[in-house]
Amino acid sequence: MSNISSRNHSEKRFQFYGKVAVTLAISFLVILLYNIFSTGISAFQQTYVAVKLDIPASVDKKSINPRSYLNKSFLEMFPPEVKSRNEKKAVLSLLSKGAKYEFQELLEDNESSSLQGYFWFLASADLDMYIKGTVNRQGDTAGRLDEVQMQYVDILESKNLVELQSNKYLFSAADSREPEMAGIRGAIIGSLYAILIAFLVSFPIAVLSAVYLEKIASKNKFSDLIETNINNLAAVPSIVFGLLGLAIFLNFFNLPRSAPLVGGLTLALMTLPTIVIASRAAIKSVPPSIEEAAIGLGASKVQTIFGFTLPLAMPGILTGTIIGIAQAIGETAPLLMIGMVAFVVDVPGGPMEPSTALPVQIFLWADSPERAFTERTSAAIMVLLVFLVLLNLTAIYLRKKLEKKW
Amino acid sequence: MIEILLITILSLALYGFVLNKKKARVLSEINILHSQPHYHGLYTAFLTIVPAIILLISWSFIMNIIMGANLKDYFSDITDAGLVEFYTNGVIDYVEGTTDAIIDHVGFIPAVEYYQSLQKTSSILQFIVTLTLALILFRYSMKFVEVQFKARDHIERVVVFIMRASAVFAIFVTLGIVLSLLFETLRFFDSVNVFDFLFGLHWSPQMAIRADQVGSSGSFGAVPVFTGTLLISFIAMAVAGPIGMYSAIYLSQYASDRVRSYAKPIIEILAGIPTVVYGFFAVITVAPFFRDLGSFLTFTNMSSESALIAGSVLGIMIIPFVASLTDDALTAVPKSLKEGSLAMGATLSETTKKVIIPASFHGIVGSFLLAFSRAIGETMIVVMAAGFAANLTFNPFDSVSTVTVQIVGLLTGDQEFDSPKTLSAFALAFVLFFITLILNVISLSIVKRYREQYE
Repeated sequence: MSNISSRNHSEKRFQFYGKVAVTLAISFLVILLYNIFSTGISAFQQTYVAVKLDIPASVDKKSINPRSYLNKSFLEMFPPEVKSRNEKKAVLSLLSKGAKYEFQELLEDNESSSLQGYFWFLASADLDMYIKGTVNRQGDTAGRLDEVQMQYVDILESKNLVELQSNKYLFSAADSREPEMAGIRGAIIGSLYAILIAFLVSFPIAVLSAVYLEKIASKNKFSDLIETNINNLAAVPSIVFGLLGLAIFLNFFNLPRSAPLVGGLTLALMTLPTIVIASRAAIKSVPPSIEEAAIGLGASKVQTIFGFTLPLAMPGILTGTIIGIAQAIGETAPLLMIGMVAFVVDVPGGPMEPSTALPVQIFLWADSPERAFTERTSAAIMVLLVFLVLLNLTAIYLRKKLEKKW
Repeated sequence: MIEILLITILSLALYGFVLNKKKARVLSEINILHSQPHYHGLYTAFLTIVPAIILLISWSFIMNIIMGANLKDYFSDITDAGLVEFYTNGVIDYVEGTTDAIIDHVGFIPAVEYYQSLQKTSSILQFIVTLTLALILFRYSMKFVEVQFKARDHIERVVVFIMRASAVFAIFVTLGIVLSLLFETLRFFDSVNVFDFLFGLHWSPQMAIRADQVGSSGSFGAVPVFTGTLLISFIAMAVAGPIGMYSAIYLSQYASDRVRSYAKPIIEILAGIPTVVYGFFAVITVAPFFRDLGSFLTFTNMSSESALIAGSVLGIMIIPFVASLTDDALTAVPKSLKEGSLAMGATLSETTKKVIIPASFHGIVGSFLLAFSRAIGETMIVVMAAGFAANLTFNPFDSVSTVTVQIVGLLTGDQEFDSPKTLSAFALAFVLFFITLILNVISLSIVKRYREQYE
């Protein structure tokens, strides 16, 4: 035996390693979240440029070509030296390609009134990045604005014609090639359809099989087989479920590719074991005395299950279901397999229409070389994390409030 | 058409439920019924709906086969069976609206019209037959409302049957996975030798489209992919193993209840974060960090998609798997062992190292195996942070590829289902499924055995 002081030292060292490990694990989480939030927070704002319009009420708004009129008005705000084709192009590239649609909408909304003064229009992603300071004038990270364009921006800034407003495209638009017009609404709706279908399919099957395994099946080889089977399914890599979905739903049943319906069915198969395992635990925790009392009063087995066991186990079952659903919401790999990676510019109108899902949208944007998509990726991740936090809080609430201690 | 049919049957069932329940209630006023009135109602509803739905589903299956067979006659001048298949599928897709492509063949338009008329006849017949069946059974169930009729027993038998079917469904999912993977894998082995696949040292799945094309040899030796997977998973375990285990030890042996109650859920959040988020984190934060570190240490030949980046982020993800399962194993060791050791004068660290860890060794091994199988099957982190080129190397600074990266790369985008390139993804997935299954079975049985040891 070594002497006491070296033993105490080794005791301290051991405890120190433990503290370091816990601190490391927690700091990884903090770094991850800090990174996502610090890059993503700026995506909730967007740069707008004021353009001076001068359209009297008497002018027929339909006769105006939105694109050329807007470009002309914007160019007029700059000194007359801006003449050459290239200079004009440099100026106009400060405005987003979406600005003309905003102008068109403005025209339609003000059919018979005058449009005079400054109106705000969407700036291009390059200007947006510059204003937000993600890229700056000095150093090697200068964005895609060149020297000349930066001078134009100075002109605009000196007149207070550039400002950050809240990003309304992020939650109202679907994907777009232009970062400043891209949003996650399509992806969110696609995810919601898929999750709804996954829930509708997996919840009844999972609960019924949990009831069967706990209350009806006699312990034999067959119920053991089902049990091992479900435990092993829970550990199958998610991408394998994607291949199953591809082989069964797309190639065998000929369901449409990229549809949330197929995504939902695939996710349902994936969440099934999670819900079964949680439901079994919940059903097991219902005290047998209650069921015995019901049986003793003449209820049949099925009546006891549906009248007493399931209602009492429901908080636990729902908690497990929510955790399973939260896993499914963040799942990406199986959706890639069934083709939900398509570039979809429309918000899907139903579960059969091509769509993407929130995590897949994150994957697509993360892959995009444009810097402006980086902050939007982080913003989409923030939205996804908020969803997950809400779901888990609901689960915790359910567990705390509804679950009875017997 | 089908919506109207469904609504009709449902309302018929509802009507039957109300009607029979009422009838049974009237009967129950003077008699003691075997079953409660609403069971009589349910019985009618079941009898009206279930056979009709079964007929409805099987009808569309059978009719699709019959219609497809009839359709082939329109292309009888073509001798190639594969081409006939292609044309008939083209017609079906066109009619279903999946595609607008009109195939250039004299028989195409007549075939489309013929198929549409067939569909129409089929759906009218389906409507009439299904509705008649529902009506007959509805009428038939009416006469069962009697004092002695055991409606409840019948219903409960159906309910138990549905429960059993749900439980068996899980087996079908497994079977579906195995069969669909096996089927495509066998097709893959028609064109590629099994041993070339399992032991070949060169992986480049791009097939030559023309015979004289350079650089697309289409060789399917999966060893580089397997070694890449192992390399990344080992790096992940090198990160997650010590951190996970030491946190579990600290939280279960040293930490106060208060610290434990905060730290444990926080660490578990790491497991709840979607993996695509980790992938993004790897690309925007960890990769630049390692690049800067590399240039700081004047270490130049570091790949931007090195195994180290993917592996370490993967490691962060699986920390909670190691931590919580190890924690379970450590806390399951009977208190008497620990207290006995402490009473003999051993320090807590000596007790942990010499008593608690040996006593829970099985559980710890099980948790490591489970975490390892997670690491092997994880997709998004490696897809985003590791490369697609499969290099046969054990250098952690090189770019390697994994099984899951290859599967994603081979199956996204355009697919042809008969090229070995696409099919190789299924062969890889089959290996992946098989290995994770074995790891899982082993670790579950280890954990189970050791749990029983102390119960």
